[in-house]
Amino acid sequence: MRLYLSEGSPQGLKVLAAAGASGARVRLERVPPDGHVVPFLTHPRVPALHLDSGTFLFSPNAICQYFFLLAGKEHTDLTSQWLEWEATELQPAVSTALYGHVVQGKKGGEVLGAIRKTLAYIDQSLTSKTTPYLTGEAESVADIVLWATLFPVLQDEFCLPDELQALRSWFRIMNLLEPCRNAVESVLTPKGAEQFKAYLQKQPVSCLHSEKPATNEPEEEELAQRSLSEEEIAAAADAWAKGAAALPERWQPQSPILPVEGRRNVLITSALPYVNNVPHLGNIIGCVLSADVFARYCRLRNWNTLYVCGTDEYGTATETKALEEGLTPQQICDKYNTVHTQIYQWFNISFDYFGRTTTPHQTTIAQEIFHRLLERDVLLTDTVEQLRCERCERFLADRFVEGICPFCNYEEARGDQCDKCGKLINAVELKKPQCKVCKGSPVVKTSQHLFLDLPQLEGRLEQWLEQSWATGDWTANARFITRSWLRDGLKPRCITRDLKWGTPVPLEGFRDKVFYVWFDAPIGYLSITANYTAQWERWWKNPQQVELYNFMAKDNVPFHSVVFPCTLLGAEDNYTLVNHLIATEYLNYEDGKFSKSRGIGVFGDMAQDTGIPADIWRFYLLFLRPEGQDSAFSWHDLLLKNNSELLNNLGNFVNRAGMFVCKFFDGRVPPMELGTDDKRLLAHVTLELRQFNQLLEKVRIRDALRCILSVSRYGNQYIQVNEPWKRIKGPAADRTRAGTVTGVAVNIACLISIMLQPFMPDVSATIQRQLCVPQACNILTDTFLCLLPPGHQIGTVSPLFQKLELDEIEALRQRFGGGQTHAAHPSPGARMSPMPGAGSGLARDPQRAKELAEAVTQQGNHVRQLKTSKAEKGQIDAAVATLLELKKQLALAEGKAAEVPAPKGKKKK
Amino acid sequence: MAVAAGLGPEAEELVLLEKSLGLTKGNKYGVQGERKSPVLQINNGPSLTGLATIATHLVKQAKKEQLLGKTAEEKAVVQQWLEYRVTQIALPCTKEDTRVILKDLNLYLEDKVYLARNNFTLADILMYYGLHHIIIDLTVQEKEKYLNVSRWFNHIQHYPGIRQHLSSIIFMKNRLFTNA
Repeated sequence: MRLYLSEGSPQGLKVLAAAGASGARVRLERVPPDGHVVPFLTHPRVPALHLDSGTFLFSPNAICQYFFLLAGKEHTDLTSQWLEWEATELQPAVSTALYGHVVQGKKGGEVLGAIRKTLAYIDQSLTSKTTPYLTGEAESVADIVLWATLFPVLQDEFCLPDELQALRSWFRIMNLLEPCRNAVESVLTPKGAEQFKAYLQKQPVSCLHSEKPATNEPEEEELAQRSLSEEEIAAAADAWAKGAAALPERWQPQSPILPVEGRRNVLITSALPYVNNVPHLGNIIGCVLSADVFARYCRLRNWNTLYVCGTDEYGTATETKALEEGLTPQQICDKYNTVHTQIYQWFNISFDYFGRTTTPHQTTIAQEIFHRLLERDVLLTDTVEQLRCERCERFLADRFVEGICPFCNYEEARGDQCDKCGKLINAVELKKPQCKVCKGSPVVKTSQHLFLDLPQLEGRLEQWLEQSWATGDWTANARFITRSWLRDGLKPRCITRDLKWGTPVPLEGFRDKVFYVWFDAPIGYLSITANYTAQWERWWKNPQQVELYNFMAKDNVPFHSVVFPCTLLGAEDNYTLVNHLIATEYLNYEDGKFSKSRGIGVFGDMAQDTGIPADIWRFYLLFLRPEGQDSAFSWHDLLLKNNSELLNNLGNFVNRAGMFVCKFFDGRVPPMELGTDDKRLLAHVTLELRQFNQLLEKVRIRDALRCILSVSRYGNQYIQVNEPWKRIKGPAADRTRAGTVTGVAVNIACLISIMLQPFMPDVSATIQRQLCVPQACNILTDTFLCLLPPGHQIGTVSPLFQKLELDEIEALRQRFGGGQTHAAHPSPGARMSPMPGAGSGLARDPQRAKELAEAVTQQGNHVRQLKTSKAEKGQIDAAVATLLELKKQLALAEGKAAEVPAPKGKKKK
Repeated sequence: MAVAAGLGPEAEELVLLEKSLGLTKGNKYGVQGERKSPVLQINNGPSLTGLATIATHLVKQAKKEQLLGKTAEEKAVVQQWLEYRVTQIALPCTKEDTRVILKDLNLYLEDKVYLARNNFTLADILMYYGLHHIIIDLTVQEKEKYLNVSRWFNHIQHYPGIRQHLSSIIFMKNRLFTNA
């Protein structure tokens, strides 16, 4: 059976906890709060349970009861009484309280006020009985259901007033029950009650116990409408009337694009993808696609924009890959650079230039920066001990050595870490080290290396950061990661390597070495621009005129916020430093992570074989862009989003608006006579448009996409209420009205086509072709203009989207794998280079992590048992110590540094 | 029979249910709270509150457990519709609420004889009582529009012993509006 859940639905908690408590085996499917799951219900109801027999259970309490029935626990008069009371009394009261708290912003006591009576009732019942649970000595379905309903408002027992003693202790016991804890972890995020907001706002207020008397307001749709002032409505109507004449002229940059005095000059980079990996969907949304949306948006705003990117090609990994495939490193790079280029072309990424790091410009610029650093005395020399394989004639990177673990004597410990004991290892400490390539025995050699003196540059860095943070938009994770690096203090970083495939170090004594990729790769931004235009310095040595945006996944933050800025600050040549650092979290695949080796997940080159158009991929990836927290790609969700948001909402609206013009008005936009309702609509759309602009200016791409969907929802609602298809058959006044509604609707469709352009360029172009929107209209301002005036002739209108069918999606899901139950790990985003010591240098081991996770759970249970049975303190302490050690190992196996407290991210089952 | 005047409609419904179950010794009901939920005082025992709870209790008392569903799935389906009955239909409904209820129910009953597919259960009885005041006000067109609801409703009202003093509602056998 399948259990459909949505994040932020308070009801999800009870069904998950009940499933856990009864041991029911269900398959979880995540759907949006307004996802249509139960075919016969008009209003979406989630959670819902789809039984194998085909029956749907849509009532959360019935689902809970069903789980308990499966476990052989029949309901009694007492349990059904509690459940009925919960459904009729408690639930409405709690909804009111939550609504007041989350949506209307009420605080503490006020919130509890709405449920005080019901709380007292539970407390009384518990007091009058002597049993610890509502219906007896053990927890029943009633306890689970009531607890889950109360949890979103209470969270813990401390907010309960003292006089409700019995309720307090019951709630505390329930909070500690394992199924309850698991349900909380799985449904809720650390955002607290806020996460219910989206869900609650979608609930028609009529479902809630409303304190105010019922009004005659239509309850049809529930767009959370802000009240509009008369001025706003009048202003929107005035702006609309100005039409296309009010549009500024489109900015057509010269080729090559160079900064222009007096204009906003935006330079956008996306983290350079490492050449020998085929990028997966997580890499694509993490940098190139996000940067693309922003670049397209900037162009729509008439800002002078340059978007550059390219492949990062130097380093050990390329050398090894070349050995494997029997090619030269250069041939490998040529081969994979083409692969990358084709993938991005297919995804419609609008690079102004897509280059690579293996160019003469790279050598010149990197060496010049190096010389400046040398002259300014910010480089240090030190001796490093390294393993060298004489047979292969090269120094071995950590991951190319194996040997016996110096701590636990495990035979196959790797150069960086032991899989058995999890301890970190310095490769030279390995006993009997072995070269992984030729199985020969490497020897320890000392080698001179150059270091960037970060401690010396720290002061300048902090000064610059302070100013950049005050004036620029840095995502919260970027600030956080940077701050934690600074807090730990900076250490000198080695910038050279004993390799051949790289930029040569131009200094006597170091001629046989190359620059370490982390030093080299960010310089790629400059050299790639240099390959685009000889006047590259006008972008990169021009902080007065240029605003620089860096896009990346969060694992790349330290290189862009600390190390590279230090390089540029140390070189002292008026370089353009990053103003806005935009980092995403990770995108997971279904329940696990993308894995090339296990063939799990969708990789860039496969997306095109699915038959799903690039724009649909773009839409879905942007819809779940991991802004603020990790998100997960799910096939089922892709289907839902396509069918509900694109097909039923956006596509439906645009198509209807165009069809009315064609069918009823011969393809010419009819005259419009705006009434109050129409003007009000213009004002609402204008508000959404402003919101859209504000969000995109802050690079909140995912949220901005939702504004477009809101606009089309307004449009649908407008058509639905005014029924132009009926009025067109009526008397003259009705026909005029039908004309007005059609004209306004088709202009909203036109606005949507412009707003959509950064997100779905092909669909945008299709709409514009169908409606014959002039190219000059592709400019975004803060006003909603009537761009298709009466008399404007439109073209042929046809549907924009295709329905995705379940069997089609199931087939794809089978093909690409998924539904794995491994513990979820973050998938590495586009990585510029391996980063020793930065956390991701630690190797992850999913199998080991899984075993450890189980061991941690077991040991945890053991500890709890000891505690409840009041065992001796010594015994408990020993058990706790074992638990902590296990947790530490788990952290290591999951690739997190053990000494860093594990991030608060939730663990998925 | 002890039907005190002024009892909530739900208590009256329970009296109807008792009779249809063949329970002759009538129980006495009180009401509680703003919602006027029915309360049943059991001899020497705790009281029971709530329409669905008491109805379930009465079915067991009459030893007609099959009305609560035979399999776990059927039992859950019955409980679900009892909950639907007390949460969706009990409250004062707006026109729009009523429309949604009828529309959803109509779609649900499209391929079913009873609410729990092929078996007559307590869910049918309580939904019938709960919907009676709504169905009685429907126009002929609406009855045709919600054809499956009408078919089901007509079926239940003719089930022996269920309708009692409630008025019999007429459903046309011939369709009047072909494009309804």
